[in-house]
Amino acid sequence: MKTNKKQFLTGAEVVVRACVDAGAKMMFGYPITPGTEILSHWIREAQSRLIGGQADKSLKYLQTEDEIAAGFCMCGAVMAGEKTFTATAGPGTVLMQDALSMADGMRLPVVVIVVQRGGPSSGTVIYSQQEVNLAIHGGNGEGLRLVYSPSNLTELYEYTRLAFNNAWKYNFPVIVLSDGFLMKTRQLVDLEKIKIKNIETEAIISENTQKNIRNIYTFEEELGEKLARDKKDFEKMAGEVIMSEVFCGRGQVETCPYEELVIAHGIVAGAAKEAVNALRLAPLAQGKKVGLFRPITLSPFPAKELNELAKQAKKIFVVESSMGQLRDLVKQNLEVAVEVSGLYKPAEGIESEEIVKLLNC
Amino acid sequence: MAKEAKFCPGCGYPVVLRFLHTILKDKKLDKKTALGLDIGCSLLAWDALPINTFQTHHGRVVPTMVGLNRAKPELLSIALVGDGGAYAIGLQSLLWAAMRNDPILVIVANNTVYAMTGGQMAPTTMIEQKTDTSPAGSDQPPVLGPELIRGLSPKAYLARAAVNDVKQLNEYLNKAIEACQLGNFALVEVLSFCPTNWRTKGAETNERVEEMKRVFKIGEF
Ligand SMILES: Cc1ncc(C[n+]2csc(CCOP(=O)(O)OP(=O)(O)O)c2C)c(N)n1
Ligand code: SF4
Ligand SMILES: [Mg+2]
Repeated sequence: MKTNKKQFLTGAEVVVRACVDAGAKMMFGYPITPGTEILSHWIREAQSRLIGGQADKSLKYLQTEDEIAAGFCMCGAVMAGEKTFTATAGPGTVLMQDALSMADGMRLPVVVIVVQRGGPSSGTVIYSQQEVNLAIHGGNGEGLRLVYSPSNLTELYEYTRLAFNNAWKYNFPVIVLSDGFLMKTRQLVDLEKIKIKNIETEAIISENTQKNIRNIYTFEEELGEKLARDKKDFEKMAGEVIMSEVFCGRGQVETCPYEELVIAHGIVAGAAKEAVNALRLAPLAQGKKVGLFRPITLSPFPAKELNELAKQAKKIFVVESSMGQLRDLVKQNLEVAVEVSGLYKPAEGIESEEIVKLLNC
Repeated sequence: MAKEAKFCPGCGYPVVLRFLHTILKDKKLDKKTALGLDIGCSLLAWDALPINTFQTHHGRVVPTMVGLNRAKPELLSIALVGDGGAYAIGLQSLLWAAMRNDPILVIVANNTVYAMTGGQMAPTTMIEQKTDTSPAGSDQPPVLGPELIRGLSPKAYLARAAVNDVKQLNEYLNKAIEACQLGNFALVEVLSFCPTNWRTKGAETNERVEEMKRVFKIGEF
């Protein structure tokens, strides 16, 4: 893909751009709506890519027999030191947990683009924020994964770039959580303004190593100690990667306290921004102190930032396309007593008007 | 091999590992090999050899080695897996690796049971064989791995050896490694001792492998 300044791109095209720019060399994938286009765009890119007029064959891919194989092929490839990713959705995210769990255990720097779709089962394919729990806690361990939730295409690009850097810097699996709507959306984006320096990779296994690596432990204490070390590393990483945003209307400077705090992530946060903006501008609502808190990393969760705002809030409204997966994260992290209510619409889109109505009740 | 002790006395796995290591050293490939282990008794080999070795998940060593090999074809990618890992939970990926002719070496230890979990029925359990989960004897014909793959993967090197004939085992492993180096998929199934789950001693264990040979034909396919 040539780098013009502003481009009209779909979510899937943005993901591929980000992966290429991050230095990713391999994708393993299995088609599933709404994530399929990431695989097909990557393959097209790999086949047609030119560098200085010459065919560049450095990008590799394999359409595997299922998501389980895609996940484990990815694990093998990162062990050899190659920046590698996969993309999946819904039932595929479920199958991906076997490999993700190995990556959790062996601290493998894998990157998974999860394109949420409505569930359970095959459900629907456009709106959903129902794979939050799966993304963080889908493995049979402690959920030590870095999970980003972008709310527009520019962020999808930026956090996918960061996903590779942080996977290889901290050796935890990284998931970029998007959804069917964002993946199919076409927006004018200026990706060039996002400057991120790629980090180098290091092979876990190579001609220069002689390693004997296990993921099965004979003694409970050994595994306990390993997990304690992982947790410590995760907390250290948290201090460096946690991201969140506070919004109180366009052109407004952040002004705490907010009496009413809306909490949303992903594309729903986009609608919530519109709602906060409208409420701030509405003549009737003059003085209505409403703000939006948006966790960008869902794991590790921006708990300090949340509590800072929650301390002074009278009421929290969680808004999400799920029956409460974000609410549960918020509640787990809240250290102050404040009323939490919300708008929970599993696998449905949420309009800003609905949020305005909720807050005007 | 310093740490054989983790396998039960009389186990077939250490025999396979010892020969594999010798061949790799002879071919000067010991530094250029990645040995992936399935979860099954193969996992006990994680620190048996002074070569790059790692454990994966049950049934998933083949796709892991496919990915590693595609990222780093200079390394010889070897998957060591039990009959259950290869022909039950991991069959789909095994067949696809063979059909795509991914140049990895898969060594399947066929002991006709799920040994690690205590002797349950495996895809290789023979008719009338009694196991923990087939107490009345199995009534299903066993999976014949190399024969099954033969029809799907014309270029693959496929053979079956036994731990009680090490000359042949040695020959097939050598040929299999050469096949990988030429860019082809290779699978060597090894009829392997599991005295613990067979509840056999000494000569009986060997006799059991001879019995197996009547069902699982030794040779190249
Ligand atoms: C997904 C999954 N299912 C089940 C198990 C439990 N399990 C561990 S080893 C094993 C069977 C091993 O049998 P085989 O592959 O024949 O290897 P062997 O121990 O006989 O060498 C099973 C079922 C597991 N570890 N993971
Ligand atoms: S249970 Fe059987 S296969 Fe496993 S180590 Fe013991 S003898 Fe070997
Ligand atoms: Mg077995």
